[in-house]
Amino acid sequence: MTDFPMPSDASRKPSKSSLLVADARTRKRNAAEKRFRAYGAGAIAIAMLALVILLTTIIGGGAGAFRQTYLSIPVALDAEVLDPKGNRDPAEMSKVLTLSYGRVLDAAVVEAVKANGIEIDGLTPKDMSGLISKEASAQLRNRVLADPELLGQTVDVNVLVNGRVDGYFKGRVTMESAAADGNTSPEQLKLANVLKEGGMLVTRFNWDFVTNPDASDQRPEAAGVGVAILGSLYMMLVVLFLAVPIGVAASIYLEEFAPKNRWTDIIEVNISNLAAVPSIVFGILGLAAFINFAGLPQSAPIVGGLVLTLMTLPTIIISTRAALKAVPPSIRDAALGVGASKMQSVFHHVLPLAMPGILTGTIIGLAQALGETAPLLLIGMVAFVREFPGAPLEGLFDPATALPVQIYNWTQRADPAFIERASGAIIVLLVFLLCMNVLAVILRRRFERRW
Amino acid sequence: MPHAKLFLHRRQQVKTFGLTATAISVIALSASAAAARDQIQVAGSSTVLPYATIVAEAFGENTDYPTPVVESGGSSAGLKKFCEGVGENTIDIANSSRQIKESEIEACAAAGVDEIIEVRIGYDGIVFANASEGPEFAYTPADWFNALAAQIVVDGQIVENTNSNWNEVNPDLPEQEILAFVPGTKHGTREVFEEKVILAGCEESGAMEVFMAEMADEDAAETACMSLRTDGRSVDIDGDYTETLSRIESAANGIGVFGLSFYENNMDKLKVGTMSGVTPSTETIASGEYPVSRPLFFYVKKAHIGTIPGLEEYASFFVADELAGPDGPLAQYGLVSDPELAATQDAVANQETIQ
Repeated sequence: MTDFPMPSDASRKPSKSSLLVADARTRKRNAAEKRFRAYGAGAIAIAMLALVILLTTIIGGGAGAFRQTYLSIPVALDAEVLDPKGNRDPAEMSKVLTLSYGRVLDAAVVEAVKANGIEIDGLTPKDMSGLISKEASAQLRNRVLADPELLGQTVDVNVLVNGRVDGYFKGRVTMESAAADGNTSPEQLKLANVLKEGGMLVTRFNWDFVTNPDASDQRPEAAGVGVAILGSLYMMLVVLFLAVPIGVAASIYLEEFAPKNRWTDIIEVNISNLAAVPSIVFGILGLAAFINFAGLPQSAPIVGGLVLTLMTLPTIIISTRAALKAVPPSIRDAALGVGASKMQSVFHHVLPLAMPGILTGTIIGLAQALGETAPLLLIGMVAFVREFPGAPLEGLFDPATALPVQIYNWTQRADPAFIERASGAIIVLLVFLLCMNVLAVILRRRFERRW
Repeated sequence: MPHAKLFLHRRQQVKTFGLTATAISVIALSASAAAARDQIQVAGSSTVLPYATIVAEAFGENTDYPTPVVESGGSSAGLKKFCEGVGENTIDIANSSRQIKESEIEACAAAGVDEIIEVRIGYDGIVFANASEGPEFAYTPADWFNALAAQIVVDGQIVENTNSNWNEVNPDLPEQEILAFVPGTKHGTREVFEEKVILAGCEESGAMEVFMAEMADEDAAETACMSLRTDGRSVDIDGDYTETLSRIESAANGIGVFGLSFYENNMDKLKVGTMSGVTPSTETIASGEYPVSRPLFFYVKKAHIGTIPGLEEYASFFVADELAGPDGPLAQYGLVSDPELAATQDAVANQETIQ
């Protein structure tokens, strides 16, 4: 009793202030709450600022990848160069390499410059021939091989221009940097300017970035994320079809049926532990188990999918168990009370109610798997792949890359134009994630039930 | 009605389990069949990677074979993968920016890879460059040795290297703090750098003799020459040249070690230093004037010729005059064409293996 303040204590007299005027303690409490709200708002503001900075840098850097500069010029298909035997036999003609077609295209630029009366001081043949992307020769070759009768004629082509010239129109390359650069020159850029004014050179939207496969270091302008999108998609399918059923079944058993004993405790600890294991460890496991032991092919989405499945399982199991736990026991009791079996109560009542939570966990797991690069490094998916994988299920065994891998890959290339491609690929990856999340929200809405 | 609902649930259940069963059976099936591979698998040196991708792309475009899959990861990693064994789930070709070592040939043989075709595709220069706004450098190998070796010789005595500025190393060099970004040990470029620059500098400066007198063993003396200082002046870069470039962009006084082709693609950002008075270029490397160059190779598993379609054709396509010749796309990208390319072409045609 001694340390309890006595009401008779003069300093502790209850204040006589009215309800309308807040006393000191109330003001203090209110101020504390206000401060706390301000901290919260500040945290959100910092997070939003970071997001805005991230998005603006990525979109600023990557939007260029979706626009590309094209040149349309007439090309005289010299029959003597492209069909030296002169018999128009596609089998014979296929011996002529793309390099010869490149020379035909180069000659066409020189011809076009002459025909349009363009005169630029110091313009060398190298500047003119370097204008067209090396990708164009392959396009032209395929076109001619498909229709040998085109030989000897002059055809109009619409082809990509070199990455440096394209970069000039996007502001990446300037006259000053071109002067120091061995791969372009201010004269070449001036020529490009003139051609642009003449309407022969157009910068337009570039779907090819989404559909094209990767390209070598010499033609960044032609590189795309087509193979990477397919590879990522295939891996996500494998993860979806393996990790979700296995993960959900495991959690239902552990949560609803398994006896609580030492064994289930050990399993539980291990699952939580596995969720924190670095992903590269799963890559090593995948290399040893799936490639070296099971003999699955290298660089294949099936192996990537299996590795990512192992990586995602703990996440899915933990979140599914949490979702199952969140279903009120009264639901189970009511079902059992009206005579349902344990299995009926779980599958007809508990599982549908836990569905939104399970979906959230699954999508988080999938999103994590989608962004993973490290385990793929060891199973050969960090590679230069130009062939599109076939349709599933066989296509799962064809080589492919994945979106994060493609981004990583492009940031290592020597040509600075690939940095723009990498940012573009990040945009594609973000859109991919956004689609997955939207799907999750829609599904969640449909399954959502309140009690 | 509840019955109908119940029934529906059970059907969904069966469907889910059915799908799982299908997926598992597919994996089991594939593991036993291991679908025949029809594209070539390549791995190895990140220096050779751009050349290999250029050739792979052209190979896919010009032939009916699918485009080979090319992985990076470094010469040693590539050769290690190459030596894992024979079979469709092992790689067919290893790219390397140095010659295969005796120990690696033995490791290969132990795993059943006893027939290896060595193909030299050309030469690559190693250049030393700083940020384009930095000063001009004219190095000699001895400067690099005195700047980066862990132990150097001063007045005939072996001392710990305490040089902190380039003009302490050589009064003719600009006044700039020593900070070098050198390739990490998993890169083939590192060995060439050690041998052709550091070791050469060690011999040139006369330090080698002192080390020899001290250790009475050539190997030990060479090792002592080539061990780089670990006080932060010499930074190992385990990633690619892009990482070296970004390090230089953020540390203005840094000097990086690059491949010639990388420098040629980033000339606007880098200023190259001369070595013993010679500016690196494809011409000076081809003529042998520029001292720091090395051959690039790829190694073909002969046992896979015939089982992997197009392997033989890819090897001969790579060294064809149209590609690896002086006017080909590889030379355009920065490869110094091999003067003895014809001999290499013959060797590939005859499938000559390493003895």
